[in-house]
Amino acid sequence: MYERILRKYEPTADNLLFILHEIQDNEPKQYIPEQGIREVSDYLDLSPSQVYSVITFYSLYSVSPRGKYIVRVCDSPPCHLMGSVSIIDELSEILGIKEGETTENGMFSLEVVSCLGVCGVAPAMMINKELFGNLTPEKVRNIIDKYRQDKQPASQVAE
Amino acid sequence: MPNKIYNKHVLISIDSSTLLAGARQVEKKLVETLKKEKLSESIKVIETGSLGLSDQGVVLVVYPEGVHYVHVTEKDVEEIVRKHLKEGEIVDRLLLEREPEVSTVSYTEDEFELEKQARIVLKNCGIINPEDIDEYIALEGYSALGRVLADMKPQDVIGEMKKSELRGRGGAGFPLWFKWNAVKNEPETPKYIVCNADEGEPGTFKDRLILEGDPHRIIEAMIIAGYVTGSHHGYIYIRGEYELSINRMERAISQAYKYNLLGENIFESDFSFDLQVKKGAGSYVCGEETALLESLEGKRATPRHKPPFPTEKGLWWKPTIINNVETLANVPDIILNGGNWFRGYGTEQSAGTKVYTILGHLTYPGLIEVEMGTTLRDIIYKYGGGISTGRQFKAALIGGAAGAFLDETALDIRLSYEDLGEYDAVLGSGAILVMDESACMIDILGSTMRFFQHESCGQCSPCRVGYQQLTLYVDKIAQGKGEMKDLDDMLELASFMNGSAICALGQSAYLSVSSILRYFRKEFEEHITDKKCKAGICSMSENTEKIAMRG
Ligand SMILES: Cc1cc2nc3c(=O)[nH]c(=O)nc-3n(C[C@H](O)[C@H](O)[C@H](O)COP(=O)(O)O)c2cc1C
Ligand code: FES
Repeated sequence: MYERILRKYEPTADNLLFILHEIQDNEPKQYIPEQGIREVSDYLDLSPSQVYSVITFYSLYSVSPRGKYIVRVCDSPPCHLMGSVSIIDELSEILGIKEGETTENGMFSLEVVSCLGVCGVAPAMMINKELFGNLTPEKVRNIIDKYRQDKQPASQVAE
Repeated sequence: MPNKIYNKHVLISIDSSTLLAGARQVEKKLVETLKKEKLSESIKVIETGSLGLSDQGVVLVVYPEGVHYVHVTEKDVEEIVRKHLKEGEIVDRLLLEREPEVSTVSYTEDEFELEKQARIVLKNCGIINPEDIDEYIALEGYSALGRVLADMKPQDVIGEMKKSELRGRGGAGFPLWFKWNAVKNEPETPKYIVCNADEGEPGTFKDRLILEGDPHRIIEAMIIAGYVTGSHHGYIYIRGEYELSINRMERAISQAYKYNLLGENIFESDFSFDLQVKKGAGSYVCGEETALLESLEGKRATPRHKPPFPTEKGLWWKPTIINNVETLANVPDIILNGGNWFRGYGTEQSAGTKVYTILGHLTYPGLIEVEMGTTLRDIIYKYGGGISTGRQFKAALIGGAAGAFLDETALDIRLSYEDLGEYDAVLGSGAILVMDESACMIDILGSTMRFFQHESCGQCSPCRVGYQQLTLYVDKIAQGKGEMKDLDDMLELASFMNGSAICALGQSAYLSVSSILRYFRKEFEEHITDKKCKAGICSMSENTEKIAMRG
């Protein structure tokens, strides 16, 4: 099932992270299914538990299905200082989920993460690969509204 | 470089923050409008990296005038083209309000000199198109490598690095020449060169902007490191969230291969070097050098015991150099100008410049490069534009989450390895988080402890359990349930972690706790005895519990 991806890489353990990225990126639910773990471990001659332990170590990977859009909000000290708590609360409320959960319709997952490296525009968040900064609860509502229409919204930062 | 002469250049900054402000759309519109107005032949649009302005939306710079336009939207493009580019009249309403202290470029003669002086690492960022190798080459790019391969023995390069007294910018401040020399002298082969671009220290984004703005500089430095140490393989480990950095670096590497600056027989010498980007997957501890090696090998990123150090037993247990992005970015200019030139900048024990990310309650958060020894006061008030909120300065957290808290008595401290050492503080990653009176130190310490608790790799119990306990103490104080004795217990626990954790992630607890208690003990005591949070952030009840649950 994942042969097409696997064959792009030499079967050496140092390619594990690359392969996991690619499997997950190609999975609409943005996770690494059990079948993937089995095939990767066969291919690289590792035990499934080794592969599983690597996946669960890194925060970008997941072993359970996630939403089409993963909302990652930073709560590291600089974003925290600039009000990330109110951003997280707002997201929780409008999406109706808590941190680590996915909405029932499979659209959104909410994750609270460490520094995203855009602290100059704190508080910040990422939705899939898109970055948003200088957030306010109101801005967050607008951004989520646009995603709800399931169109890529124009990315924005505070004026 | 193109041979064509253009009357004017318009630089458009393309980095993660301007992209999110719509830089691509503005660029497209600009190119279209120039075409429509038949100006494409005389005005060139150049994409460049970050201009060091973080909160100014899409930024355009028009040369030769050096005019900075900020918060430019698609709607403004017509006006800029018609008024300024056609008729030479500046569009006042879009001008940057202040002189761009942190901007990288100025083409008026004297100013250019002045700016250039303090710029080593960022000297090309915001000037060249990072996606075009020819632009880097036009500004002496790869000429340091040419000189090294043609005229210098490995020992000569090490000699210059030693004279320069360049120290690592990734956190620990270890002399660069020492590492390079150690790997050079190792008999074991193969050897590896690794660039640490995992940048996860909260408040730090300098490496991202260097990678996005001037990727070839890093490639050049790594090839030189390879030549000096007899290594033929390099890896740049970039954190997975840095999409644009990864793309730009991959593009730069493939261009360098095309020009035979990578691959076999570089510059027709008998030296060969291969370079590859590796993408991280989200982990702060992965930036610790031995954890990074584990991750490169495809494993969980748990730090190794040291010694042996990576210079002796590194990647696949072979001799390995690991250097930070900013450290490497200094190398080409040291070769071109000599170690003594570099040593001429800075203070007694801290040579050169330092790139800082300045943020928090500042008027101009962003990126600056200044000489080592610049005071904290200058950084906050001169470069950062002072406190944005009109309130009083209260505290600065210097060096990222793993750094030290200082109060206003430290404003005149010169930022250098030795001066910070006197305050038991560290330069760390160069992040400076500025807080005004509205900040609650208990809340910030809580956020810091939760960060480390979350990012602990879990292999050693002092760190894994220690941060959990520290978080509990802080939350207890925030809820008004603290006791005086908790403060001493926290210090004792942090001190124990400092002495027993495997890596600096666990050890750094002591710096956070001891520095915050040294300068802000009174605030902790108020929370404990008066059950009061002056900043009004700890509500002394359920609210903090809610925050606490968010570990
Ligand atoms: C928890 C932890 C995280 C670190 N993260 C980084 C990082 O993101 N980037 C970096 O260059 N160094 C980081 N370091 C420091 C590295 O271990 C190492 O000292 C550095 O990469 C060496 O490069 P330099 O000599 O050029 O500074 C980290 C250290 C620790 C303990
Ligand atoms: S602290 Fe939030 S992005 Fe860096």
